[in-house]
Amino acid sequence: MAQVFHRSTNTISRVSIALSVVAVAVFFFAAEQVQRSPYTSWRGVARTQAVPFSHQHHVGGLGIDCRYCHTTVEVSSFAGIPPTKTCMNCHAQIWTNAEMLAPVRESFRSGKSLVWERADQIPDFVYFDHSIHINKGVGCASCHGPVDRMPLMYAENSLQMEWCLNCHRAPEKFLRPRSEIFDMRYEPPSGEKPLEVDGKKFADQQSLGTYLKTKYRVRSVNDMTSCDTCHR
Amino acid sequence: MHVQPKYLPLRQSDFFADGRGSRTPPEGTVARGQLREDTYLHTGLIDGKPGDTMPFPATREVLERGRERFDIYCAPCHSRLGDGNGMIVQRGFRRPPSFQEPRLRQAPLGHFFDVMSNGFGVMPDYAAQVNPRDRWAIAAYIRVLQFSQNAPASALPAGQQMPSPSPLQVPSTAPSVPERKE
Repeated sequence: MAQVFHRSTNTISRVSIALSVVAVAVFFFAAEQVQRSPYTSWRGVARTQAVPFSHQHHVGGLGIDCRYCHTTVEVSSFAGIPPTKTCMNCHAQIWTNAEMLAPVRESFRSGKSLVWERADQIPDFVYFDHSIHINKGVGCASCHGPVDRMPLMYAENSLQMEWCLNCHRAPEKFLRPRSEIFDMRYEPPSGEKPLEVDGKKFADQQSLGTYLKTKYRVRSVNDMTSCDTCHR
Repeated sequence: MHVQPKYLPLRQSDFFADGRGSRTPPEGTVARGQLREDTYLHTGLIDGKPGDTMPFPATREVLERGRERFDIYCAPCHSRLGDGNGMIVQRGFRRPPSFQEPRLRQAPLGHFFDVMSNGFGVMPDYAAQVNPRDRWAIAAYIRVLQFSQNAPASALPAGQQMPSPSPLQVPSTAPSVPERKE
């Protein structure tokens, strides 16, 4: 009797078993890449706004402090999106005929809110509070990136959990003195440019961060990585 | 799960006619801790006239807070020196008077508080951006700015006079400073 299977069958079955393992791995790898990509997280994607507000012009060019508009960032969970009146503080007199600002004037006249697209958006199941981060020594730019160089606002970071944990697992890598929080061009101390805090000189981020962690009484890594710190 | 049916600050609403999730409290509502019992703290007025005292002591912390808030909210127009030559003025906003003007040097503290709370001329009010305590701290810091450019030379510690007399030749009178051109 002739053989039921051709002699190549052994090879084909071995290869297909190996390939199916590879296919599953490729699938998971691809899924992870999509999950981490700007396609999902919007990281680095400038949002289209009704008014093309430029942080680069207002912060980098004019030197306006973050808190001029985001007034509640130091005391509240929410940094605050300025009401139209804050825009009109200056634009009642400057660029009064600019076509670009027509929606701002219209909003001020009618009392209807301007609608902004949020660039940094955290899911609703995450409890996040700006004030605690500001007061424990996390600079604006540590999360929001170089906002003073953003003509249109985009999210510098993914704001995904693995990114949050980078810092919650090792805050000393990022902490800076409270006086430097709003400085967009702050650079961590280095050998050439040491930083003096409370009369002590720090030449590297590790020693500064460790000092500030104690000074600002930052909670232990156990506390900060506990699920219910952020998912409450 | 990412977007839950709940209102977060300033979230859009389909329910309310104006589309705002954040509601304006009905008139006359007093939020906890926001009863304006201390009228001077909230108006700067004594019998309808601006008072010239602080409602709380102007300690070093208060002055430092005042400087920080001044640099955030006032310096864009008034400049960090208070001379009215801030960045926004350089971009076309009407120039505010210098705090060194005789009228403003003589103005009572409550006047500055009142201007910050209600606006003055083309200056809008900052009541929504700066809370009353901080407005007082800024008023106190304006006094510091005024003093800084009118301090008697005798108030300065030795070696900090500007310009310092030359160690070789001590002039009998301080050199006159030319007036700044507008």
